Amino acid sequence: MSTATISGRKKSFLSGLPVISHVNKSVGLQRGMLITGLVLTGLFLLSTVLAPFIAPYGYSQLSDASGSFPTQDAPSSKHLLGTTVGGYDVLSRVLWGSQTAVTVIVVAVAMSIFLGVALGLLSGYFGGWLDRVLVVIADAIYAFPSLLLAIVMSIVISRGQSSFWGGILACAFSITVVFVPQYFRVIRAETIRLKAEPFVESAMVLGASSLRIITRHIFKNATRTLPLMFTLNASEAILTLAGLGFLGFGIEPSSAAEWGFDLNKAMADASSGIWWTGVFPGIAIVLTVLGLTLVGESINDLNDPRLRGRKRAGGKASRSKAAAGTDGKNTGATTAPEPEAGKA
Amino acid sequence: MTTNIGNISDQPLPTGQPVLDIERLKVTFATDSGDVYAVKDVSLEVKAGEVLAIVGESGSGKTVTAKTILGLLPETAISSGAVLINGNNVISVSASKLRKIRGRDVAMVFQEPSTALNPVFTVGWQIAEGIRAHASDGHRISAKEAKKRATEALRKVGIPDPEIRVNYYPHQLSGGQKQRVVIAAALALNPGLIVADEPTTALDVTVQAEILQLLRDLRDKYGTSIVLITHNMGVVADLADRVVVMYQGDVVEEATARVLFAEPKQDYTKKLLAAVPHLGRNSASEGATERLHQGGKILVEAKNLTIEYPGRLGKPGFKAVDNVSFTVSENEVFGLVGESGSGKSTIGRAIAGLNRATGGSLKVLGYEMLGFKEHTFKPLRKDIGFVFQDPAASFNPHLTIGECVAEPLLIHTHPSPAQARLRVAQLLESVQLPASYAERFPHELSGGQRQRASLARSLALNPRLLIADEPTSALDVSVQAKVLELFKDIQEEFGFAALFISHDLAVVDILSHWVGVLYKGELVEQGIGSQIMGNPQHDYTRRLIASLPVPDPDEQARRREEHRALLGI
Repeated sequence: MSTATISGRKKSFLSGLPVISHVNKSVGLQRGMLITGLVLTGLFLLSTVLAPFIAPYGYSQLSDASGSFPTQDAPSSKHLLGTTVGGYDVLSRVLWGSQTAVTVIVVAVAMSIFLGVALGLLSGYFGGWLDRVLVVIADAIYAFPSLLLAIVMSIVISRGQSSFWGGILACAFSITVVFVPQYFRVIRAETIRLKAEPFVESAMVLGASSLRIITRHIFKNATRTLPLMFTLNASEAILTLAGLGFLGFGIEPSSAAEWGFDLNKAMADASSGIWWTGVFPGIAIVLTVLGLTLVGESINDLNDPRLRGRKRAGGKASRSKAAAGTDGKNTGATTAPEPEAGKA
Repeated sequence: MTTNIGNISDQPLPTGQPVLDIERLKVTFATDSGDVYAVKDVSLEVKAGEVLAIVGESGSGKTVTAKTILGLLPETAISSGAVLINGNNVISVSASKLRKIRGRDVAMVFQEPSTALNPVFTVGWQIAEGIRAHASDGHRISAKEAKKRATEALRKVGIPDPEIRVNYYPHQLSGGQKQRVVIAAALALNPGLIVADEPTTALDVTVQAEILQLLRDLRDKYGTSIVLITHNMGVVADLADRVVVMYQGDVVEEATARVLFAEPKQDYTKKLLAAVPHLGRNSASEGATERLHQGGKILVEAKNLTIEYPGRLGKPGFKAVDNVSFTVSENEVFGLVGESGSGKSTIGRAIAGLNRATGGSLKVLGYEMLGFKEHTFKPLRKDIGFVFQDPAASFNPHLTIGECVAEPLLIHTHPSPAQARLRVAQLLESVQLPASYAERFPHELSGGQRQRASLARSLALNPRLLIADEPTSALDVSVQAKVLELFKDIQEEFGFAALFISHDLAVVDILSHWVGVLYKGELVEQGIGSQIMGNPQHDYTRRLIASLPVPDPDEQARRREEHRALLGI
């Protein structure tokens, strides 16, 4: 994401990496937002990695040496965040849930990036009937409410079965279907723009093959916005996953911990004053989405020289104009996460 | 504009209070790579009725200085010093005061008239906007009154039928007329000072001459002072009374136009003036009486070539090139001149197979381009080099210069990495770039260096034919001179045939043995370069040559008179 670094490339590899270079060039409020996002995202990833070690119990554990867990038990020293109606430990479920979330994000976003980028490059470069057909399909997918589409896909894929990978793949595939058109559109638009750039024309004049032009000249230039889209889509993927779980199309508690499913089960508790079963998975969703969105939005602002705050010239007090406007190139996925995301 | 105003440079300049007084102006920008000192220490003043030209190459700070006059600097800039307009310091006044000054005391004419006008409002509305914004002492100006004054402003700048045109939208006007509207909007409140930032750069030469004439008339009739920002020495010679030369944020030299052109004092100014191509000097075909280099094979042969762009549904197509015939032989440099929309680039692109020919015949290296197929044409591509206009855009920003230059080798000859590296080093050397530049990325090179690298890439396979589409128009004039010289040397050394496309007659004349003049898709005249420049036959060619301002105030004043006579004014 080196947007015109005039100062030469004598920088270390580390400071050239996307996120690190962004932290270095941010100031003031913008930096605060980015760092908050990074901390939240870091905590989320940390709990994914450390879940087997820091979670007091397994995600599907209903009893230990001292007997079965009580159901709907208030937070206590044995169960720090209480237990659910099914007798699961809330803290353990929340920690293990992050693992499910990460797996789904990685699988879903990876699949949609590969498909979307490949189709976008082909469609944009060759044009013609292929382009027209793909655009119509993408538009048709756009017309569906994404959650409805995800539900249909998950029914088609898992056929009501629920295993860990079955559930994850069902979620991931359904999210993929929703996201592919987004990547497709962005990459296709970039490809069409780049196709008219003199450096691509100069390759054409040299007699380079279409494959060489696409892979060597267009690909790298068209995919500059991907890290940004990745972070923004990751947060949307979590919301879709939670939505699916909440509606009962997620993963059964015996195969994996899943925040949306827990929220669903906690719905009845809310009216009887049992708050701990819903609040903690809800908070987990909110903080994760908030973290990813903050990172994505900050990167978006920092990539745009007009939105990026800078230190005042002449070395005076720093100043920021963060949050000046975030209506960047990204499509959707910019809405602030709502506190009761799972209850939508 | 049709008024005859005599020889302006002999008029005594009105003395008195300066309209604009800049003192020790300093402007600093905050960027990612630290502070950039765009303007270091500039002091200048403009008297009433004076045309002051600020000249300099890109990055000299001339546009930043101009923008400071109107308080238009972006938020990342901080400025110190004083910019006094009628006693008000633009740098320190409040925003509301600044708004009052803009339009009333000072107005701006922008470079690109098509982006300076809002496409969804009529031109009359846009001119009236300024008038209504400055309605004084609570007195509102009615729509009717505003329109009347807008019509009046349009009449002032010589738009025919202003009563009708006041209701036109910008797209209904030509580029030159749009620039007149922008000037009319600037003039609407009779400001004492107009800042014109490259007012003719986006326009064709013939239109440029008209706009310069208009600016001159405004000064003479209304006593408006003009600050003219430009890089074009011909424009300076044509219009300016006094010239300020800027280089890297500093004023290098200040003198009246005549003195500056006749006896430049500073080395930089001398270098700058020497680099400006001067029509009729240094012609490649000087003294030639017949077409040179006709012994060899004919590489490009166009017979009644027609290139048509398809129209929208139900509309006829647009003929970009109409019935054009010419040949390019071995070792010959064919110069193609024309204004924007004349079809000169379309011809170049058709020869390289980027556009399709739709009628007639175009033979490139013996291959018929009418209905060409990419896979049968591909083997010939190694014999054709292409140099693009914008060196910044014609390199993939993610590849090093070495990789870019090696690209044609890799595609056509599959050398080993060591061979490729060696060849790249040779090529870079032949365009006078150090071999170590192969490791650099395009953005780390200057414009001129990039264009050299672009030339190296096009020469990588020793092509028999080189197409150069405006290769120097994105470069500064001193850089342009060096690139042209290099091009000439390399052409003589390698002996390829070249099609050199440019809008600049003087540049074409320096390189080309044979010149063709295109006008609206038709080749109106072709002949030996020096003869066409010296003795044009076609009316359009005559007009084109007469419109071109030369960098010499006295000669330009004489040429201006001739130009008027030619147009029958």
